[in-house]
Formats: sequence, C-alpha cells, structure tokens
Amino acid sequence: MTEATTLPLEHALILSGILFALGLLGILARRNVLFVLMSIEIMMNAAALAFVAAGSRWHAADGQILFILILTLAASEASVGLALVLQIYRRFGTLDTDAAGELKG
Amino acid sequence: MYDLLYLVFAFPLAGFLVLAFARGRVGERLAAAIGVGSVGLSALLTAALAGQFLSHPPAGGAYTQTLWHWMSAGAFDVRFALRLDGLSLSMMGVITGVGFLIHLFAAWYMRGDEGYARFFSYMNLFVASMLFLVLGDSLLFLYLGWEGVGLCSYLLIGFWYKDPANGAAARKAFVVTRVGDTLFAIGLFLLFHSLGTLDIQQALSLAPQQFAPGSPTVTLITLLLLGGAVGKSAQLPLQTWLPDAMAGPTPVSALIHAATMVTAGVYLVARTHTLYELAPFSLHLVGGVGAVTLLLAGFSALVQTDIKRVLAYSTMSQIGYMFLAEGAGAFQPAIFHLMTHAFFKALLFLAAGAVILACHHEQDIFKMGGLRKKLPLAYACFLVGGGALAAFPYLTAGFYSKDEILWQAYASGHIGLFWAGLFGAFLTSIYTFRLIFIVFHGEYRGHGEVHAGHGLAYGLPLVVLLILSTFVGGMIHQPLSGVLPANPAEEGGALQQQVAALSGAVAIAGIALAGALFLGERRFVARLAQSAPGRWLSRWWFAAFGFDWLYDRLFVRPFLYVTRVNAADVFDLAVAGIATGLRALYRGSVRSENGRLRWYAASMAAGAVLVIAAVIYL
Amino acid sequence: MEFAFDLSAAVAVIATLLAISSLDPVHALLYLIVSLLAVAMVFFAIGAPFAGILEVIVYAGAIMVLFVFVVMMLNLGRAAVEQERRWLTPRVWAGPAVLALVLLAELLHVLGRMPAAAGIGEGTIGARAVGAALFGPYLLAVELGSMLLLAALVAAFHLGRNE
Repeated sequence: MTEATTLPLEHALILSGILFALGLLGILARRNVLFVLMSIEIMMNAAALAFVAAGSRWHAADGQILFILILTLAASEASVGLALVLQIYRRFGTLDTDAAGELKG
Repeated sequence: MYDLLYLVFAFPLAGFLVLAFARGRVGERLAAAIGVGSVGLSALLTAALAGQFLSHPPAGGAYTQTLWHWMSAGAFDVRFALRLDGLSLSMMGVITGVGFLIHLFAAWYMRGDEGYARFFSYMNLFVASMLFLVLGDSLLFLYLGWEGVGLCSYLLIGFWYKDPANGAAARKAFVVTRVGDTLFAIGLFLLFHSLGTLDIQQALSLAPQQFAPGSPTVTLITLLLLGGAVGKSAQLPLQTWLPDAMAGPTPVSALIHAATMVTAGVYLVARTHTLYELAPFSLHLVGGVGAVTLLLAGFSALVQTDIKRVLAYSTMSQIGYMFLAEGAGAFQPAIFHLMTHAFFKALLFLAAGAVILACHHEQDIFKMGGLRKKLPLAYACFLVGGGALAAFPYLTAGFYSKDEILWQAYASGHIGLFWAGLFGAFLTSIYTFRLIFIVFHGEYRGHGEVHAGHGLAYGLPLVVLLILSTFVGGMIHQPLSGVLPANPAEEGGALQQQVAALSGAVAIAGIALAGALFLGERRFVARLAQSAPGRWLSRWWFAAFGFDWLYDRLFVRPFLYVTRVNAADVFDLAVAGIATGLRALYRGSVRSENGRLRWYAASMAAGAVLVIAAVIYL
Repeated sequence: MEFAFDLSAAVAVIATLLAISSLDPVHALLYLIVSLLAVAMVFFAIGAPFAGILEVIVYAGAIMVLFVFVVMMLNLGRAAVEQERRWLTPRVWAGPAVLALVLLAELLHVLGRMPAAAGIGEGTIGARAVGAALFGPYLLAVELGSMLLLAALVAAFHLGRNE
C-alpha cells in the first residue's frame, strides 16, 4: 500500500463528518436501545477515522495509537452497554428508551 | 489610680451581663445585691477618682485612657478611649452617685415584682451606657452611649409590658427621640466630612481654624446636633414623649427621665460649646428653645392631675433652664443646675414613688390629700425638693443654680431670656406647691389604708438626697473651669444681689399664691376653672398645648394613611416579580427534564451546533 | 488509490445509512459490519494498514459479534420489526435529520475554510512504527486502557448476571 498518489485530507475528514452526522441522526431518531448503541459505535468510528487521517497527514503513528485507544473505549462501552440492554429487556420487557424514564424530575 | 477609670463602666456592664444571663435564676436579694452593688462600686470608684482629680489634677486638666482601637478605615480612625475631665467627672458623679441612691430605693420599690432581676439588668445597662456617653472621647463613642440610653429608656418605660398603654408610651418615646437621633447622626456625618475627625478634642481644636464664625456649615452642624439634644432632653419641638414616659416604674422616671438621660442634650451642647460659639444663631436658638419650653411646660404643669406628670413637666421646664443658660453662654451654671436638678428631682420622684406605693399605686393627686401626717418623711422630702425646684432663697440647692442662671442671663444682656426665666420661676413655685398642698394637706380623699414604707433601702436614699437638695448641694464646687468657657458676667456686686432678691421674692410670691389658691377650700380656683375661658385654657394646658394632637394630624395620620393605601406594597411587586420569574423558569426547566434520553441527546447536539456556530460566525 | 478511497467511502456512507434506517436489528448489524469493513478499506487507502487490520479484527470481528450475540439472546421476532416500523415515522426523524444536517453543514464549512491541505496516504505507517510508539511514549495510556477494559469486564459481568 505505498502508492505515491495522494488524496486531500479534506476528503477523509468529510467522510468522517458524514459518518458522525449519520450516527447522531441514529441516536436522535431511533427509540430502540440497540440502535442507539450501534449509532454510538458509528460516531466513535467516525472520530477514529478523523484521527487516523490526521496521523497519516503528518506521517505520525500517534493517529493510529489514538485509534487503538478509541477501540478500547468502544469495546468497553459495547460490553457494558449490551449488559445494560439485557437488564433493560429483563426489567421492562421492551427495548424502548422512553420506557426507562423514571429518573425524570 | 486613673488607670482604673474603665472599671467605672465595667461594673454596671458586668452587673447587666450577669443579671441578663442569670435571668429568672437569681432571687430578689441576690439580684438587688448585684444590681445595686455594681453601681455602688462605680460610685465609690468615682468618689476615689474625684478625690484624686481634685488633689492631684492630671496634666492638662484631663486624663485620656485608650482601651483599644474601635475601627480604622483610611482617615477614619476611632479609638475606644475614655476621657476624664472636669465635665465628665461632674456627670459621672451625678450618674453613679444619684444612680446608686435610686438603685437602692428601687430595691425597696420594686420588691415583689416578677421582673425584679430584669429591672436591675436594664438599670445597670442604662448606667453603663450613660457612662459611655459622658466618658466617650469620640463623638461616635458618645453616640453609642446615646443610643444605648435610648434603648434602655425604651425597655424601662415599657417595663410593665403587659399593659399595651405602656408599650405605646415606650414606642412613642423611642420614635420621637429617634427623630432627634437621626438629626444628630447626620450632624456627625457632616462634622466628619468637614473636619475629618470625630475625636471631640481634635474636632474642637480644628473647628476654629476650619470654620469662619457664623459660617453656614458650622451653623448647620450645630443645628443638627441641637436636633439630637432637643430629642433626648424633651425640649420643643420633640418634647411630647416625656410625659408619656412616666408609664415606667417611678425609679426609672427618677433616674432616666429626670436626673441623667434627659440632661444628655445639655451635656452634648456643653461638650461641643466651641462649635456653638462659632455659630451664634444656633446658640441663640438653644436659649430660645429653652425659654419657650420652660414656659410651655410650666403652664402645662399647672393643670396636671397625675403626680408624675406634674414632675415630668417640671423636668422639661428645668431642662429648659439649662438650655437657656447655655444660650446665654453660661455653660458652667447650666451644668451646675444639671447637678442640683438631679438631686432634687430624683428626690421628688423617689418621694412621689413612696407616696404612690403608700396609696396603692394611685397617681391622681385629687385622690390623695392630707398625707403629711401619715408620710412625714415623704412630706419632708417634698417640702425640701419642691423648695429646691421653686428655688426657695438661700436654703435650697436649686436657688443657687437657678439664681446663677438668671444672673448670667441678665448680666450678659439676654434680657428676654431673663424675663422668661423669671416668669418661669414664678410658674414653677406655683405648680410645685399646688402639688404639695393638694397631696399633703386637706382631707384624705383616697381609698384604703395608707401605710408608709420603712427600711434602709427606703429611708437612706431619701435622706441623702434630701440633704443634697438643701444648701449643702449648692455648696458643691464642680471643677469645670478648664473645660467650659468662663461665665460671661462677673460674680458679685450689688446688681447680683438685687437679681437674687428679685428671684427669691418671685419664688416666695409663687408659693404664697399657691397657698392662697390651693390651701383650704379652693373656691376661687374652682370658680376660675368653671368659667368658659378657664375651662378652655385648662384643657389646652392639660393637653400640653396640643402638640400631641398636632403631631398626630401632621405625621401619624398621614403616615397611617399612606400605609393603608400601600397595604399591598407596590415596592414588593418588584421583589415578588423576581420570585414569579424564577417560578416560571423552574416550571420550564422541569418540563425540559422529561426522562427521554433522545430529548437529552438532542439538547446536547443542539447545544453543540450552537457553540460551533458561535465559534464560526462570531 | 483515490479510486479505492472514493469507492470505500461511498460504500461506508450507504451502508451506515442503511444500518441506522433498517427495521430489523440483524439487518442493521450486517450493514454496520459492511460499513466498518469499508472504513477498514479507507484506512488501507490512506496508508494505515495496522489500523485497518484492527478495525476488521476487533471492530467488525469482536464488537459486532457481541452485538449479534445479544440480539440472538433477546430473540426479537417479527413483532419487534413491526414496532420499529411504527416508531420510525417521518415526524420522528425529520427533526433530528435537520439537526444532523446543520451540524454537518457547519463541519463542512469549517473544512472549507481550511488552507489547501497537504495530501494523505503518501507513505505507510506500519505496525512496527505504531507498536514502537505504543510501548514507548504511550505506555501509560496503554496501562490506563487496560484498566478501562478490566473495569468494563467487571461491570459487564455484574450487570449481565441474572438476579
């Protein structure tokens, strides 16, 4: 993968922005907890893409390091979040986020 | 020796604290021991200090003891300092000496009262505050004592607070004197503004350099200080509270409303005499206020039926004499009269208390009568004290001081003040002996058995004050020459003899007239009072020339009207508006917190959008 | 390489759109996996092969499989799909869509104002360089990450227990 051709950094960042906005749309539009978690994964992935692209721009490994850290975060988040999904399903019998709204003021 | 000066006020203050904190847990004997003992110790110490002062005067005629710095802010630096000079020593002697005797009498008078310890705690606080007032080296310190005695006056007038009338009298005294105190405070601000100091000695030495004689500033300052003085001393136009203040226990009337507190105004004017000498208009006004008050109070005293109200009006009238003297530039006779007045008026009030208790709390003089056989000691006290009040020639203390005032007024060219004082003396002897003849002569018209008091606490104060009210009190020499300016007129000479003879003759004529009118059947007085102008005049005088009525129409009713109109309080609307706005905000935020995860996320996203937009476009 | 980048990017965007709009969770997950694989291709295209490999192995391989397992455990049937259809009305997604579009427009605006950027993908940063940096200056971050994973493990174990 060591082609001499280059492409502008903006393109990668634009892709990252689009994916991020899609993830946001998913969080805001879906009521199912599972989809909300997936959307969060999308957003994190978008952020990771921006890091990697920036690291590539500067020929530095730091971008990929941060990608690995985000990966770690995503794994932790997914495991805890999915455990919570299981609990919610057990308690309320549904995956509707609005069902778990007892904490409101 | 001088460094024990602070103990003079520390004893009563400690007495107040002990009694106040041990409320209800000390018996009468212990409360009396603490209350009377603390003032007694002060009196002993004052006597020792006076001995030291007279035998070994301090350098410069004054000793200043700085206890600590009260406050210091920029150029504003107030020391908590006591100043002992001839004037404050004289005042201290009156306060602790007469105060001790009155406390001792009160131990007898108040026995059996459920507020016994409370009474003595207030009295001790009063003595301490009054000592602050006269010992204060700074006008701010003086003001502290000034307000302290006002508070104690309020507490003690309303001492029997279960009767609403007493509470109303206390409130009236407090509010009316507050008017004067506010003027006084403004005067202090103005004084500090122009001189940059509230230290009395500094201010007095700076004033002649700072102010041209008669300049508007110094006139305004002295007028404002005079406002405070007339409020405290019950002079025109703030005199209306004193007769009502008689609602308090009689020893209170003796101590606060005759001997000490009400003379604070006289002390204030004397203390700041340098300022008044720079403002001739104010000084004339002081004399005028005194002259008018002494005449008005004299007429009112003629027709009163309550034994204590007669004495209250006579107090106003006598303080009028002191103001008159100061107006004539005779400060030393004013302070001298202050002292003799403290003696004989305290004596009269204590004797009146003895009479009132003997007649089962009866204060109407027309329900007494013929008491001279049943209460010989009180009768003797009233004869001597009334004689001093009427300035009976040569035998009584009052004669020496009042004659001095009249002579100085005459000799310094204040002829108007002189004639007013002379006519006032005539009135004084009439109403004083009217009181004595009605109470002690004729037939007893009251109900119930009259029984005289007995015991040391009853007899000793009366006897000591009785002795001091005779010429013995007139012999006392006050070391005032270094503090107060010399008298405007020379002593001695044939002219003074003539003035003395004239005033003595006027006093005796007044007594004779009172005897003619009020001894025996009093048919002439009754006919006079029944005639139309007589009825009208006596009603007018009885109401003290209708000042209460006037103030009620001028101030009280308009104020009450405004409060009624403004019952909903327009100014509260703004404050309530804050509360309403906050409640609306609260309801809005409660609605925003609906437990919907997506709503929260959308809020955060919208916030992020807004922040980024702000970063981009701003 | 520009072609590879553009193609993968287009696949990623379309797959993501399908993932968030799909009614069946299993379909959504499969679209998401496609999207992640496409992003992995993007990584390869911009010269970050190590990141691309991790994306495939960890993201698509492990995390997504976790999701699949959970969906299987929940055993959602046709009723769930019907419910999703009822929930996903235009009235529900129109507002969020506007919000997301505004955010995107702002991001694009910022990018448009950037000075002409240098290119990316000129060289490759391989696993060797990343590893050297990871266990060199970033050692502390790695330790912190391991603590985070441990905590997540404990939490997931605790939450997932059947009380």
